[in-house]
Amino acid sequence: MTDQRSQAEIVRNSLKRRYRKERRFRLYGMLAIFIALASLAILFADIISKGHTGFVKTTITLDVTLDSETMYLDDPTDEDQLSMADFVAPIIAALQAHIPEADSAGEKRELGRLIGTYGASEIRDLLKDNPGLLNTTQTMEFLAHDRVSTYVKHADNPRYSVKLSDQQQRWVDQLQAKGVIDTGFNDVLFSRGDSREPANAGILGAIVGSLLTMLVTLAIAFPVGIAAAVYLEEFAPQNRITDFIEVNINNLAAVPSIIFGLLGLAVFIGLFGMPRSVPVVGGMVLALMTLPTIIISGRAAIKSVPPSIREAAEGVGASKMQVVLHHVIPLAMPGMLTGSIIGMAQALGETAPLLLIGMVAFIVDVPSGFLDSATVLPVQIYLWASSSEQGFIELASAGIMVLLTFMITMNALAIWLRKRLERRW
Amino acid sequence: MNTMNPAVTSEADMPEETIAPVDEDKPAETLVEEGKTVGDPFSENPKFKLRNVEVFYGQDRAIKNISLDIGRNEVIAFIGPSGCGKSTFLRCLNRMNDSIDICRVKGQLSIDDHDIYDPKRDVVELRARVGMVFQKPNPFPKSIYDNVAYGPRIHGLANRKSDLDEIVENSLRKAGLWDEVKDRLDAVATGMSGGQQQRLCIARAIAVSPEVILMDEPCSALDPIATAKVEELISEMSESYTIVIVTHSMQQAARVSHRTAYFHLGHLVEVNETTKVFTAPEHELTESYITGRFG
Amino acid sequence: MQTANLLPLVLVLAVVAYGLAYMRSRAVAAPLGGIRNLKALPFYYATRAALWCAIPALLVLAAWAGFEGKVIQGIVIASLPQDVWPESPGEASLILSQISNVAAGKLNPDFVPDYIVGAASVLETMDNQSANFKAALVLLVAVSGAAFAWTRVAPHINARLNVETTLRRIFFVCAALAVLTTAGIVFSVILETIRFFGRVPISDFLFSTSWSPQTALRADQVGSEGAFGVIPLFTGTLLISAIALLVAVPVGLLSAIYLSEYASKRVRSTAKPVLEMLAGIPTVVYGFFAALTVAPFIRDLAEMVGLEASSQSALAAGLVMGIMIVPFVSSLSDDVINAVPQAMRDGSLALGATQSETMKKVIFPAALPGIIGGILLAASRAIGETMIVVMAAGLAANLTANPLESVTTVTVQIATLLVGDQEFDSAKTLSAFALGMLLFIVTLLLNVVALKIVRKYREQYD
Repeated sequence: MTDQRSQAEIVRNSLKRRYRKERRFRLYGMLAIFIALASLAILFADIISKGHTGFVKTTITLDVTLDSETMYLDDPTDEDQLSMADFVAPIIAALQAHIPEADSAGEKRELGRLIGTYGASEIRDLLKDNPGLLNTTQTMEFLAHDRVSTYVKHADNPRYSVKLSDQQQRWVDQLQAKGVIDTGFNDVLFSRGDSREPANAGILGAIVGSLLTMLVTLAIAFPVGIAAAVYLEEFAPQNRITDFIEVNINNLAAVPSIIFGLLGLAVFIGLFGMPRSVPVVGGMVLALMTLPTIIISGRAAIKSVPPSIREAAEGVGASKMQVVLHHVIPLAMPGMLTGSIIGMAQALGETAPLLLIGMVAFIVDVPSGFLDSATVLPVQIYLWASSSEQGFIELASAGIMVLLTFMITMNALAIWLRKRLERRW
Repeated sequence: MNTMNPAVTSEADMPEETIAPVDEDKPAETLVEEGKTVGDPFSENPKFKLRNVEVFYGQDRAIKNISLDIGRNEVIAFIGPSGCGKSTFLRCLNRMNDSIDICRVKGQLSIDDHDIYDPKRDVVELRARVGMVFQKPNPFPKSIYDNVAYGPRIHGLANRKSDLDEIVENSLRKAGLWDEVKDRLDAVATGMSGGQQQRLCIARAIAVSPEVILMDEPCSALDPIATAKVEELISEMSESYTIVIVTHSMQQAARVSHRTAYFHLGHLVEVNETTKVFTAPEHELTESYITGRFG
Repeated sequence: MQTANLLPLVLVLAVVAYGLAYMRSRAVAAPLGGIRNLKALPFYYATRAALWCAIPALLVLAAWAGFEGKVIQGIVIASLPQDVWPESPGEASLILSQISNVAAGKLNPDFVPDYIVGAASVLETMDNQSANFKAALVLLVAVSGAAFAWTRVAPHINARLNVETTLRRIFFVCAALAVLTTAGIVFSVILETIRFFGRVPISDFLFSTSWSPQTALRADQVGSEGAFGVIPLFTGTLLISAIALLVAVPVGLLSAIYLSEYASKRVRSTAKPVLEMLAGIPTVVYGFFAALTVAPFIRDLAEMVGLEASSQSALAAGLVMGIMIVPFVSSLSDDVINAVPQAMRDGSLALGATQSETMKKVIFPAALPGIIGGILLAASRAIGETMIVVMAAGLAANLTANPLESVTTVTVQIATLLVGDQEFDSAKTLSAFALGMLLFIVTLLLNVVALKIVRKYREQYD
């Protein structure tokens, strides 16, 4: 057996080299995992670092004297007077109380620009609703101008450029020291629709829009998807029509989402004359897009119901439909729900098809119905992200955090549901 | 041979589970004493020296305190009912159990006095010395040539193409396959018949020039003619290799092996010369099995 | 009455029909000696009544709601004086929007010609009439359906069979909706595409190397509608997709291999879901990341080594897209690798091969068809991805292979051409549909081929 001996020798000598290769291969694998996980970590870190300031608002709290003379307003119930009155003057006056040095006309104007664009209308609305407050002094909280907000939040961040004059910066520092300018939790973000002004913009409109759209999607995709899955698994005869349907479903699952946007534009809006930008159309498009996912997961869930259950039911004389309705669907429901939630989470994050059916419009009002113009969370993020105003970037990141929170919640729900309701056969 | 029951041969078709089911046969359990093997388990200067071997699958003890020697150039057959642990035991000899996460092996196992389960032991080198043939033929989805050349290539046994050709030819010849396939070495191996595939797998194992070949029910998926060819091959190979064969077929054990070991529920009940086991079994469990009272 | 109110009304009627039929079936059964003398349970008679009440009514409602808008628009346009009849669909939509704005009170009637005001009042009366007719018809259908079901509550009729057949048909329709969707997609792209090719020759579209749909200067100018050569879009798409695959295939494949062959159970059970999280992140988030973080980073990096990079470089979009499809590649490869029988692994390991040798020389070649199928699916996904490129890639159709330059893609053009106000019927708008058709065909081909390969591969080991 000298042959075997020398062979063993050769093997032993090659081992070092081969193990080196083995280690290298394993290292590549670890590197790949690392790259993937690191990308995820960087993505999250980047968004949080950009977005956490989106949850902070900058306010200016002032004692405003609603003097009828400075405002040129005698009667707040008179619409004409209201539209002509000067509501900025009392704000400037109130600011001047803190910064007496600003007394030239130009400086006053500069001072007034510390307050957000909508400060004046806040006073007008207050007076319109409570005419009795004329000639009283009220403590009011105003949103700071976007530039002030940027300065307060990002003065030492090189990514942001401060657009305040040196004088204004000095004033802001003074006001901050006095506690007039302060920061707090950005409740505006969760209580308003979009705005041209970052400080006034909120995502409530988009959240409600997403909710309405998702309701439509769910109402269509869930029953239809489950019915289709049941048909294909339980009733479909082995023939060409069934094959054709299956091929269609598999292919639809991989059709780019933007194509569904074209479908919505040409069929729902073009052919049926449905309105643009509304949750109904958006929901229908997303439902068609999500259907394949729900059908495929539904079929898997039905398949996992053991034949013994079916046989047992058939054995006591249940009809095929009774077997399906009484046994198969209830037993497959956890799996179907899981698949549907995952499909809905996908739909929630979908943007491209909604761009084409007009859900990108600038919409200030929070939608109140399925036929109101609306936008959705991801589209709102897209709109803000492509805005040139720097204040919108942090809002976009904050919006992403909200969106991801929704999605993670949905996925966690799916996992919990699967764990909770999963049956072992 | 008169003690054999023809019904037993149908057993060969049954797939054997490597995980031992427990106590389905309580009365028989009481007949074996743990660690006590009847017959002649030990030999002089053995190839494998196995002492107090225990194998666990998670909490289940699949192999219970087995001690056995396997001699050089000996053909030893492991027989026993399904789930008795013979395949598990076989797979300890080249550490094929390593890839099963929950499997743990205890005891002293050595080949040529080197510990098999030494953590520093190189499993690649071990497997180059201890080849294996599986229950179901498992040729790679490559050409016949590439299948046989696979081992020599990864171990770097051939420096030139001509050396490799020679190894392939020799291995195929030894496996009795050369004349059947020499004209279609480039054909895909999965297109061969089951018997040819299994002999190809044997050729593939031989190509690395191992010292030991483990065979895990090599004929259970084959028809009788293919089985006869493989058995013939085993007899020829016994001149140059130590062969450990697990089989369900007692005729096969009787035909090819020098010694036979009878396993029962994770115990090694009896080891003896094959002729002795089949003509005058010492243990009553062995006798019950070979006379077909259970299995 | 509005569709939104009719819908619940029909459902209420269906519930009423259910209750009535239920009581009726019990009443019919009582003199015979109980419900066991009926051919079916009362539940089925009742369900049948509800179905017959609701389904025809809902179908009528859907059909009416679907087409009333178009029909009314046609009537309104026809009611205009002949000399102001619109000459093109674009003009028609302009007039219609004016009319509807006047009717809705959003537009002061003083600012528009008299005929528009007249048409607005036509529109208003038509809308009211349509709503009334619709409500009457739907309710009539619902009630008569329920009444018919009522007369059919009889002991010798097996309502269960009726209900089950109806349900089965409904299920079939739901499944067939997939076919309808595909048909809808084909229909929606093909009509406009044909009209597009009526203006721009198909050879120009497919073979011309310049794309600039926005350059219409004067409407009456010949050839004013810009150039519609799809080649730069196609090369741009390919460039970005290629970068994405260059990232995704090795990373996805190697992580799948590592997780299935090397990683301990604990690592696998944590790394896998985290990896899958990458697939769950909305594309708009990736787009944001690519446009605002990766692209500036790459530009700065290139500047540091003395290269010039666009702030909308193909590299940034491609890299981020690659990260996005990593989990896609890895989960497909994972499936494919696990489909290779354990016997192959054992066979190789028993010969003394190391794990990596087994992987590289046995499992990988065996799994190759499946892996290629997976890569094709990933490619189709990369080609069809929209948001990342809309946000991070450019609009200019450059014909370049330099990843540091800005390129545009098919999906970017579709999105930009169709977002916002469009003039229907201009070559610019129509070209988006032609691009959509191209995209649909390419991804469909990739998917069909990939699914075929993967299926064949699976059958091999089943």
